[in-house]
Amino acid sequence: MSSLTTEILVIGGGSTGAGIARDAALRGFKTILLDRGDLATGTTGRYHGLLHSGGRYVVKDPISAKECIDENYVLRRIAADCIEDTGGLFVETEHDDPNYAAEFVAGCQRAGIPIQELSPGEALRREPRLNPRLSRVFWVPDATIDAWKTVWANARDVQAHAGTVLSHHKITQLIRDGDVIRGAVAVNARTGEAVTIHADYTINASGAWAGQIAGLAGLPVTVLSGKGIMIAMNHRLTQMVVNRLKRPADGDILVPIRTVCVIGTTDVRVADPDDWPIEEREIQFMLDEGEKLVPGFRDARALRVWGGVRPLYQPPSLGAVSDTRDVSRTYTLLDHADADGLTGFLTMTGGKFTTYRQMAEVAVDAACRHLGVERACSTASTALPDSEEGRFYWLGARLHRREQDPHGDQLVCECEMITRARITDAMRARGGDLDDIRRTVRLGMGPCQGGFCIYRAAGLGHANGISDAEATNTHLLRFVTERWKGVQPLLWGDQLRQAVLDDQIFQGLLDIEHLPGWDRAESGERGAKGEGLTQQAEQSSTAEPPAKAKRKTGKRKTASGGEA
Amino acid sequence: MVDVRLTLDHCVKCNICTTACPVAAVTPLFPGPKYVGPQAERFRLELEPMIAPEGSEAPSPDHSIDYCSGCGICSQVCPQGVKIAEINTRARAAYVGGQLPLRNQLIARPDLLGTLGTPFAPIANATLSSQPLRGVVESVLGIHAEAPLPPFAGRTFQQWASRHRRVRNAVRSVAYFHGCSTNYYEPGLGALTVQVLERNGCRVIVPRGQTCCGLPLQSNGDFPAARAAAQRLVNTLLPYAEAGFDIVATSTSCGLMLKREYIEILGLDAPEFKIVSERMWDICEYLWHLHEQGELQTDFRPVPLTMPYHAPCQQKGHGIGKPALDLFGLIPGLRVAEMTSACCGIAGTYGLKKEKYQIAMDVGAPLFAEIRATGPDVAACDSETCRWQIAHGSGVRTVHPIEVLAAAYGICDM
Repeated sequence: MSSLTTEILVIGGGSTGAGIARDAALRGFKTILLDRGDLATGTTGRYHGLLHSGGRYVVKDPISAKECIDENYVLRRIAADCIEDTGGLFVETEHDDPNYAAEFVAGCQRAGIPIQELSPGEALRREPRLNPRLSRVFWVPDATIDAWKTVWANARDVQAHAGTVLSHHKITQLIRDGDVIRGAVAVNARTGEAVTIHADYTINASGAWAGQIAGLAGLPVTVLSGKGIMIAMNHRLTQMVVNRLKRPADGDILVPIRTVCVIGTTDVRVADPDDWPIEEREIQFMLDEGEKLVPGFRDARALRVWGGVRPLYQPPSLGAVSDTRDVSRTYTLLDHADADGLTGFLTMTGGKFTTYRQMAEVAVDAACRHLGVERACSTASTALPDSEEGRFYWLGARLHRREQDPHGDQLVCECEMITRARITDAMRARGGDLDDIRRTVRLGMGPCQGGFCIYRAAGLGHANGISDAEATNTHLLRFVTERWKGVQPLLWGDQLRQAVLDDQIFQGLLDIEHLPGWDRAESGERGAKGEGLTQQAEQSSTAEPPAKAKRKTGKRKTASGGEA
Repeated sequence: MVDVRLTLDHCVKCNICTTACPVAAVTPLFPGPKYVGPQAERFRLELEPMIAPEGSEAPSPDHSIDYCSGCGICSQVCPQGVKIAEINTRARAAYVGGQLPLRNQLIARPDLLGTLGTPFAPIANATLSSQPLRGVVESVLGIHAEAPLPPFAGRTFQQWASRHRRVRNAVRSVAYFHGCSTNYYEPGLGALTVQVLERNGCRVIVPRGQTCCGLPLQSNGDFPAARAAAQRLVNTLLPYAEAGFDIVATSTSCGLMLKREYIEILGLDAPEFKIVSERMWDICEYLWHLHEQGELQTDFRPVPLTMPYHAPCQQKGHGIGKPALDLFGLIPGLRVAEMTSACCGIAGTYGLKKEKYQIAMDVGAPLFAEIRATGPDVAACDSETCRWQIAHGSGVRTVHPIEVLAAAYGICDM
């Protein structure tokens, strides 16, 4: 067993954890950031990518609204490269209560959110696919943000400040010494090797899993999991974020993020953050609501469906929760020294992606107090790597780059315009797991969902000596089975045609069912040497091969992998 | 109305369009219809002109779109119904953003050129046929010195029509949309068209003040000007459509604008565009329709020729089959060889441009060779710019199918 020593250990590599680790590293703490899987694969990587203006919460959750608008401005300053400044609209349709607008306007004024009312004609000129029967429209400073890019930029900055990032490390034990937590023991999910991390202070930023981590120290922390499903449409039906002008509900927001637009979402309490279904009626409900915002939505091509769980903290004093929509979206710092008499450990949970930086600041401020040091937070003014120039990302960036050098390199993933060099560079940095590469460069996330590129990308991993033959097969099979889970519930129209063609390629041309390792992919077993069928397949035990899954109907299990 | 952009959803990435694209086959400068069409469209903001956010890298992300000739073969071959060429045309307009270079402004306005050139036809034609002067034009304007520019006729078809006496005893009335090329360059084709129609019991009205349909402006990316041209022309034709006249066109591409592209590509959804659209016929389509009604005069005299026929891309875009071939089948002695090569390369004004001339000639090379191989005296093709390009590339005189029919009626000689 190896051992590491650090000042601050952060458990959970989502936006909150990565933000906390960066905040601590910038304050000069020796920092380790750890996640059981790849970074940003829990809640963060499965979210639709809205950078909230706060408009959504002004009536129902004004504290969260204020937090959102404050952090919206901060992130525009420090994370420009991750943000597309789309702007957002709140539109009142014939389905919405006309009395809500006045409450909305007053709420925005209270929260300090700048709004501008547009005439319906002007709104339709800017967004011609919107419901033409809309009656009132307000512009708000909503934007979209690439969650993966943001988390990696934070993680890179941790490393640039002498910190360490340990992905694929699962915590098995918190090291408790009387009333003090002095670090944790983790197991490398890929090698099976255990590592002891001695830490002066441990911060639990594991979101919906925070209760499980706190439970390792015997602390009763109840974090509810509010499941939300999202559907990515093949291209942007609107160029601005579009919200319904009403109290937050299911399927009332359309988020244009990168090349797709995402309709979301639901909010259903689930018992286990790792095991929950996506129901057919949820999908149909999303599409029906989409139709109210953009007529013809149902006829547009839906690429894939997935879901994520929000961490919703409910203080024990407030009792049982009937509807997770009623739980505040603000964040909560649980200082276990005060509440449980346990020092060296705190939990930061709840909150939203938009407020991750503020959550990090509050958490590290608390850690400083307990460690008896005074070090100022600088994350609100220090730009993330690649965002120093303050230039927002824009949709055409990849196409523009390609057009600068159209013959320089082969396009491997055509849908998302990813070159051979970009994929091999990503593999050299992160290994040959195609799902990790997907999150790094968006490999296989376009209309064909890997049907024309993923075997080529797999071949690059092998040709460049990054994965051996067995691992290459495993990565390929896992990618195909994982993608299939998100596509399978949407098999009609254009996506069905694509799936048939992809299936002919995978099975008819490549005979993928007879690749060595298919049986394991089918049963979700762990591969030799721990390589291969890990994390998601293991957790959800639903890695289904196309041939089998196709013949099944009814409820689907977790469709993993985010879009945003 | 088809929302062109939404058809990108049908793309399954199969590459059939790229395989069929005649431009991508001859130049690496054009990455192919799938790339610039449904693929790149997902990266476009769908604004016109495309306005990139302040501080971003460029006003528009792609310039390879400019190498699309607009022939439309991609849309025709797509098995999924993606309106690839239409997506590309709209993307080019966003790319151009209304900022046309002088050269494109000129060649996109054939009615202006025609009005200016007709009174000075001898001088203008001497200039156009002088290689040294064409060299100057190439270096100053960027119109290739060897590109096929037709001579001005010196008199317009409208002048002919105003003196032409209408027949009595007509059984039906049609309006004739002649287009710029017939008016300024080929007034004889217009006269033959009127006589062929009259031979078949038509009273032919030639609406006065017909202006350019706007196609060259559309394909060069100036949508605002193209829409203005469309509105002018439709205003001229609307009274005839509303009076129940059929409207025939001898220019296949201009006719296609009226039939479909005003609505689909330029997004003109006012009722008059639909009303006119529904009355539009390609001339061969109309004559074959008469034949199907049993109302076409078929007293053709023999035309003992072996003649290659090239159905131009825009003609195929009508989706009406190949009525010229059907009509030729009625003419005794005429042996028609249908060409199998896809495209002549010119695509309206594309092949006139200095930087695209050679691409256009390379696209057309297989067609020129195929035509020459039949050893003909004359070839037939419906579109004017294609006829000029084929004559230029193959050295074979190339006529509109109407001229063949007129000869078979004894109205003229071949």
